[in-house]
Amino acid sequence: MDPVPSREIADMKGATALPRKNGELVFDEAWQGRIFGMTVAMSHEACFAWREFQAQLIAEIAQAEREGESSSYYERWLHAFERLLATKGLLEPGALAERTHEFETGRRDDVF
Amino acid sequence: MSGAHDEHGHHHREPESVLALRIRALESLLVEKKLVSSEAIDRIVSAYEQDIGPHNGAKVVARAWVDPAYKQRLLADGTAAIEELGFGGVDLQVVENAPGVHNLVVCTLCSCYPSALIGLPPVWYKSFEYRSRAVREPRVVLREFGVDLPESTEIRIWDSSAELRYLVLPQRPARTEGLSEAELAKLVTRDAMIGVAVVQSPVVAAR
Repeated sequence: MDPVPSREIADMKGATALPRKNGELVFDEAWQGRIFGMTVAMSHEACFAWREFQAQLIAEIAQAEREGESSSYYERWLHAFERLLATKGLLEPGALAERTHEFETGRRDDVF
Repeated sequence: MSGAHDEHGHHHREPESVLALRIRALESLLVEKKLVSSEAIDRIVSAYEQDIGPHNGAKVVARAWVDPAYKQRLLADGTAAIEELGFGGVDLQVVENAPGVHNLVVCTLCSCYPSALIGLPPVWYKSFEYRSRAVREPRVVLREFGVDLPESTEIRIWDSSAELRYLVLPQRPARTEGLSEAELAKLVTRDAMIGVAVVQSPVVAAR
């Protein structure tokens, strides 16, 4: 059974509104879809409430705008997600950097 | 580390490959912790990509372009014909554009709209301006949307209601003889199914 899109997520307003083209969600790169899917999946699993993530995303976007950063929407999304995971104790400090390094150096090569 | 944050917590636009790698690593960690599964992510991405937006309506239009018998059924009974493709939940009348005839959909009372087929209504569709002007001066409104119709073209306005929604069957563009049904569906836009755009031939669209 495919998940039914939630209006709470699909209809986010303002700066957090999902990038769309012709009404459809746009994932310019595969990784944008992955990070979107990861976040939604974890909210489905009740790891956090969607509004908690949205609040984090709002804060992240505001900070990036304030500092005049050129980061993209889903890049900001990633940072918001990382921070939320850290706040919830779901991701240990340093674990992501270490795992990223393992992929970078080819020591790990999980296939998704 | 290759992380996006430096020691001050600032970050700059990262090259795509760095982000891709970091997100791959994140997925690997979360899957390992059994907080998510990669299959669940796949299903969510595909559900959101397909269920929000004009995909379903575009499939209906493309089918009608390649299958004349389906088109006849679609124009005769839209509700039944979209059910054949697995779409429903809406009483639908499909109106066909043809040389000399252009259809335009509006909801003068509120914002009735065939969302099951073409996603969420755009902001302008719900605006008082569109709702009133589409009826009063459709030719001008269409020109503002970039559709310049000859004076001889008849414009038919369809006023949606809670009971009956309308979908425009746009004209199949020229130079699309070699395209598959799936390729044709990709050309069909939300605006074309409301009637405020025409479907561009791929040669023009790629420009």
